[in-house]
Amino acid sequence: MSTLHDLIFDYTLRNVALGGMLLGIVAGVLGAFAVLRRQALLGDTLSHAALPGICIAFMLTNSRAPLVLLIGAGIAGWIGTLIFLRTIKATKLSEDTMLGVVLSVFFGVGILLLTFIQQQNNANQAGLDKYLFGQAASLIGRDVRTFAVLGLGALIILFLCYKEFKLLSFDPEFAASLGLPVRNLDIMLTSLLVVAVMIGLQTVGVVLMAAMIIGPGTAARQWTDNLRTMLWLSGLFGGLAGVTGAVISVQASRLPTGPMIILALTAIVAVSLLFAPRHGIVAELVRTRNKRNEFQALLEKGPQS
Amino acid sequence: MTAGTAILLTGILCAVACALPGTFLILRRMAMMTDAISHAILPGLVFGYWMAGSANIIVGAVGATAAAIVTVTLVEALQRTRRVEGAEAMGIVFPAMFALGTILISRYFAQVHLDTDAILYGNIEFSAFDRLIVSGRDLGPQSLWVMSVLLVLNIGVLTLLYKELKISTFDPALSQSLGFSPTLVHYLLMLLLSITTVGAFTAVGAILVVALVIVPAATAYLLTERLLHMMIGSAIIGALGAIGGYWLAIIIDGSIAGGIVTMLGILFTLALLFSPSQGLVAQRSRNARNRDRFAVDLLVMHLATHERTEDEYSESSLGHIGAALRWSPDEALTTIRRATDRGMVVRANGNVVLTDQGRHYVDRLIKVRRLAVEQ
Repeated sequence: MSTLHDLIFDYTLRNVALGGMLLGIVAGVLGAFAVLRRQALLGDTLSHAALPGICIAFMLTNSRAPLVLLIGAGIAGWIGTLIFLRTIKATKLSEDTMLGVVLSVFFGVGILLLTFIQQQNNANQAGLDKYLFGQAASLIGRDVRTFAVLGLGALIILFLCYKEFKLLSFDPEFAASLGLPVRNLDIMLTSLLVVAVMIGLQTVGVVLMAAMIIGPGTAARQWTDNLRTMLWLSGLFGGLAGVTGAVISVQASRLPTGPMIILALTAIVAVSLLFAPRHGIVAELVRTRNKRNEFQALLEKGPQS
Repeated sequence: MTAGTAILLTGILCAVACALPGTFLILRRMAMMTDAISHAILPGLVFGYWMAGSANIIVGAVGATAAAIVTVTLVEALQRTRRVEGAEAMGIVFPAMFALGTILISRYFAQVHLDTDAILYGNIEFSAFDRLIVSGRDLGPQSLWVMSVLLVLNIGVLTLLYKELKISTFDPALSQSLGFSPTLVHYLLMLLLSITTVGAFTAVGAILVVALVIVPAATAYLLTERLLHMMIGSAIIGALGAIGGYWLAIIIDGSIAGGIVTMLGILFTLALLFSPSQGLVAQRSRNARNRDRFAVDLLVMHLATHERTEDEYSESSLGHIGAALRWSPDEALTTIRRATDRGMVVRANGNVVLTDQGRHYVDRLIKVRRLAVEQ
């Protein structure tokens, strides 16, 4: 199949597909934890909060190198998360309110900085706004290698601290009573999410990042009740969406990669919600109908003498 | 009216119009719905243009409002399947819609210059120049009319439904038992939010509408406990943000919408730090005060427990108190000094002794906190 051939030998397709796949896997696995901890939209907030970080990184270094800008993005996202966590613990403001505050204020500051930079007529600043919509088609080998290192590092840490993260997600009080450093674990898990967002920013952009975090985990949840299985499935679904979206967008014309990945992911979520064996909607409808028929038959048979 | 005045007025009206429904949104813990709706506006706009075949702003606005309503409906439908939480549902629906919108733009509107910058942060800077022309008469800046209508709409609906909104926000079960459906109130609020978001979006762009709805209300929430005060407060804070942000943007030559949000962020931070009840500074001093009072309570309880026992002498010696209660010598001395200042203990020959006032205090402590004391 020529697509399979291109997947290996065509430079652009290979990089875009690899980039999409890596993003899908990392965002999927880490997003599953975010969903479990009811921090689903934290990915959305992190990606919006990254904008001022990108601008400041550019203003300080005058470099457009993705790694530099992404580090700025990561730091800003991290600061935003710290503010979020601290404020919801200390005040009566709820999580969704603080997510919205951090998201919009950071992004607004980012827009102010971005327009300020654009006014300076600095030739280097063109293309800073590609992080808003993502530009997966412009991924080069070096970018993909950076993602691979970051993503692999994040997954290794996750693997090493799996038990602690699992406990932290389901029963933080118990974890604390066991003497686990709950706050540090919290910060570490959130930092891993920041890494996932950093990878995703260049591929799908600020707005669509939320789906990359939430989608795979939501889809995986429908197929299993086991956490380990759920994580594997999240990675699988995310990677699958990444590759599918990338391949379709490169083959067709005028179909931007980021949105295609999201549409592929949404399809996976829809199929999972509908057709998963036990939790699926179709399965539930069938079960309900069978029970109804069974009950009807019992009624007709009348009381057992 | 100068261009600057038009911009400033538009900003103020927009901020106030958005802050009012924002109050109820954050009290109902639905702040992020604003984010979801504002992201869905892009595909709505595009869809409207596509259906109409032209880039007419009215058609776009209708399409955007329809998209907002579709978003809310889909999110709630997903929630009703009970397989997806509220926040997750939003995070699945609005990116999908945004992705669709982006693809539609790429496929069918590649030639048409859809100003993505304007979608993101609006072009309030040009609001003075888009005039509303009716029957050949220039009625002034279009945006001023839109914002005024929005403001009147919001004030009207929220005043009309004030009691219903109040009860269904704080006690949905009660509102149901009183005979009006909290679901209906909810949908009306969502409809109002959708219309407001679309209208405000024409001035300040998608992302910043979220800020205008959420941040002033959150700031006011930190400053007051009363609903009406919160609504009025959020309107005032929104207006202040608009004015301050306008000047900030002029000074550094940046986006006015960005400036407004930055200013709102500054106001929020000030409230977060210095609010008398919720502020971090106030909390720190309150915690310190409580710590000190508790230490004094510990001291007098310790003394009372060991009064008239064999080890009264050793337990109440200056040196021993710190060790017994696990305080450093400095902490012990400070606490003893505080207790002395409050007249509860006196120092006598290297020991600390309860006064009558101190004993009386201990009795009250035991009664009030229902402590049992081993005799």
